[in-house]
Amino acid sequence: MKDNKDIRVVVGMSGGVDSSVAALLLKEQGYDVVGIFMKNWDDTDEFGVCTATEDYDDVIRVCNQLDIPYYAVNFEKQYWDKVFTYFLDEYKSGRTPNPDVMCNKEIKFKAFLDHAISLGADYLATGHYAQVRKTNGHYEMLRGADDNKDQTYFLNQLTEDVLAKVMFPLGDLPKPKVREIAKEHGLVTADKKDSTGICFIGERNFKQFLSEYLPAQSGEMQTLEGTVKGRHDGLMYYTIGQRQGLGIGGSGDPWFVVGKNLQANILYVEQGYSNDKLYSDRLIATDVNWINPDLVQETFTCTAKFRYRQADSPVTVTVLENGHVDVVFAESTRAITPGQAVVFYDGDVCLGGGTIDEVFKDDHYLDYVG
Amino acid sequence: MEQIYLDHAATTPMGKAVIDAMYPVYTEIFGNPSSVHSFGRKARQQLDGARRVMAKSIHANEKEIIFTSGGTEADNLALIGTAYGNREKGNHIITTVQEHHATLHTAEMLEKQGFDVTYLPVYEDGKIKIADLKEALTDATILVSIMYVNNETGVIQPIEEIGQLLADHQAYFHTDAVQAFGLLSIDVKEMGIDMLTASAHKVNGPKGIGFLYADETIPLQALQFGGEQERKRRPGTENVVGAAGFQKAVELVMEDKQQRSVRYQEYKELFMQALQENDVVFYVNGDLDSTIPSIVNLSFPGTNVETLLTNFDLDGIAASSGSACTAGSVEPSHVLAAMFGTNNACTTNSIRFSFGAYNTTENTKEAAKRVAKIVKRLTA
Repeated sequence: MKDNKDIRVVVGMSGGVDSSVAALLLKEQGYDVVGIFMKNWDDTDEFGVCTATEDYDDVIRVCNQLDIPYYAVNFEKQYWDKVFTYFLDEYKSGRTPNPDVMCNKEIKFKAFLDHAISLGADYLATGHYAQVRKTNGHYEMLRGADDNKDQTYFLNQLTEDVLAKVMFPLGDLPKPKVREIAKEHGLVTADKKDSTGICFIGERNFKQFLSEYLPAQSGEMQTLEGTVKGRHDGLMYYTIGQRQGLGIGGSGDPWFVVGKNLQANILYVEQGYSNDKLYSDRLIATDVNWINPDLVQETFTCTAKFRYRQADSPVTVTVLENGHVDVVFAESTRAITPGQAVVFYDGDVCLGGGTIDEVFKDDHYLDYVG
Repeated sequence: MEQIYLDHAATTPMGKAVIDAMYPVYTEIFGNPSSVHSFGRKARQQLDGARRVMAKSIHANEKEIIFTSGGTEADNLALIGTAYGNREKGNHIITTVQEHHATLHTAEMLEKQGFDVTYLPVYEDGKIKIADLKEALTDATILVSIMYVNNETGVIQPIEEIGQLLADHQAYFHTDAVQAFGLLSIDVKEMGIDMLTASAHKVNGPKGIGFLYADETIPLQALQFGGEQERKRRPGTENVVGAAGFQKAVELVMEDKQQRSVRYQEYKELFMQALQENDVVFYVNGDLDSTIPSIVNLSFPGTNVETLLTNFDLDGIAASSGSACTAGSVEPSHVLAAMFGTNNACTTNSIRFSFGAYNTTENTKEAAKRVAKIVKRLTA
C-alpha cells in the first residue's frame, strides 16, 4: 500500500465552498493534493471582466491557505463541441437538455480526468455530493449522504472504470457541515454563495441567452383540441409542466405547458396543475449508461428520478435489444420531459441512467410531448 | 526534490551582496533625500551614488537617469511622456507587434487618445526589418519604440541600425532594454538611443525599482505630479533602499558581464544538447544565433503549454511561456503569433527557458533530464 503522501490527487476546484473543502479534507488526510481550476466558457463581458478570473482568484487564495499547488486548464473548445453544441441541438429539437450531465460525462470526468492523469494523478477528486464504494471488486456510486444535495442524478453517465479513479470527499457530509468546516478553517470561500443555474448562463436571463444562439420563431398557443389561447415566443423557451410566462389569464385554473408540435410551431397548453395531459406512465430512454453493466438484468424493478431533487418513484426497467430502456412507472407521473435524464437507483446505489426520449400513457405514445 | 529555476527572464534571485548593500540603508539612511538637514543629505548622497552607477552602465549622464518603480513605469513614461511632450511636432508613433505589453498596451491607449501608431511586423527569425521601419517613418513620426531583446524569444533586435537610421530624423528612439541590460554592452550615445528602460529585478536586484534613461534634450511630459524629485519628471519620495540594491546589482553585473554571458550560453547549449541526446523533438523559435545567451524559446510539437508547465512545476522545473494563462484562458503568445501566424501550433506549445545566477552545470543537466522525461511521456 502506498502512503497517502505518495498518492497524487488532482482536485477540480471551481472557487466555490464545496471544492475548497474537498481539497482541504484530502490535504488533511495527507494526500499529495494538486488544485486545478477548469475554464470551460468564456464569459468576458464588454469591460473585459470575467467571473472565471474572480473564481480562479478564490482558488488561488484557498490553495495558498492549504499550501497546495494550483493551476488552471482550459476546455473551452471541448466544452463548446461536446456540451454546448448538444445543448443547442436539443433545444432545436424542442427538448429540454441537461448540460450538467453532459459536462460531467464529456468534460469533468473525461477531458479533465485525462488531464489529471497526464499530470501523474492517481485520483481525480471533485466537490460533488456522491460516494464511491468498492463492493466485490466492483466500483459503485452511492447517493451523497445529504439527501438534499445528492448529485448522483448529474453523474449518471459515469462508468465503473472512471469511478475507480475518482474521489468524492464530501460524499458522507451534510452541506451545513461543509460550510462549518470551511468557516472553522477560515477559508475565503466559506460564505461564498453557491452557484445556481447552468454554469455558462449564470445569473443571466435564460431567454435572452438562448436567443443569442438560436433564432426564436413565435407561434400559436393552443389546447390539444385546437383552441387558440395566445401566442408563444418560440418553442425553445418552454418546458413541459411550465406555468410561468404563458401570459394566459382569465378565470379558472392556471394554464400549463403540456407539449409542443415542432413542425407546426404550436405550443400545447392545458388548464390545471393536475391536468391529465401532464401525466404519463411509461417512457423510452436512449443514451443509456450502466455504471456496472455486468450487474444489470434484462428486466428488473428499481426506483428512478426523472428530474433533479425529485423523490424516487418505483419503476420496472426492461433493457431493449438496441440498448435503450423501456421504463414503466408504478404510478403515473407528472411532467416527464424529453431531453432530461432518467436515473435509476437500487436503494442508495445509483445504477446509471439515460435520456428521456419518448413518453407514453396507457400504451399510447404521447406525440404532443415531443 | 530539488527545485530548478529556469525563468530568469521573469525575475531573478537577489544576491547576498545586494541584500547586504541594502541593509544599512534600511537601518541608517532613513532620511528624505529632499530634506535640508544632514539626514536628508545622507540619503541624497546615497541616491546620487546609485544614479552615477546607472548612468555609467549605459554611458549616459547622471541627469539623464530617472528612477521609476520598474520597467513598466519607465515604458509608460517614455511613450506617454514623449507623445504628450512633442505633440506639436507630430502625432505618429512607431513600435512593433512583439513588444512587451507595457509598451503595447500603452501604445493602444495613445491610439485612443488620437495618436497614430504603426506596429512593425516581425519575421520568423524573430526580428524586425529596417526596411519596414524606413517605410513607416513619416514627417509626423515623433517616437520609435523598439525593444532591445525580445523577452519571449531572446532575439536581439537591430538596435544600432535603428539608431543610425533615426540619427537624421526628428523621432526619438526609445528601447525597452529590460532583457538586454546587464548582459549586452550598451552605449546609448554611440548607438543613438534617446531613451532606454531598465529594471533592477531582472539583474539580481530588488523589485520595485527601475530607471528610464532619457536624453536631456527630450521634452518629456511627466505622468504624475507632486514634488521636484527626478527633476520633476517623476515626483514622489525616492526609493533610496531600492536604489542602493539596484546600484550594487549593477556594479556586480557590469563587473562580470562577459563571464556570465559565456556561462549562460554554455547552460543553454548544454540544455538543448541534453534534450537532443534524449531524443526529444523540439524546434527553436527565432534565429538561435541572434539570441541573448540567457534565453531560448523551444516548441515541443504535440504538446500544449498548460500541460507542459503544470508537469514541469510538479517536477520542480520553473519555466514559462509567452502565452498568458489567466484563469485557464490560454491566449496564444502574441510574439510567436506575430512570427508564425496565429494558427501555428507553436503559439501554444512553446516554452521559454531562461538561465541565470540560479543555475549550475549540474542543475541544468538535471532540468533537461526532467523536461525530456515529461515531454516524451506527453508525446508518447
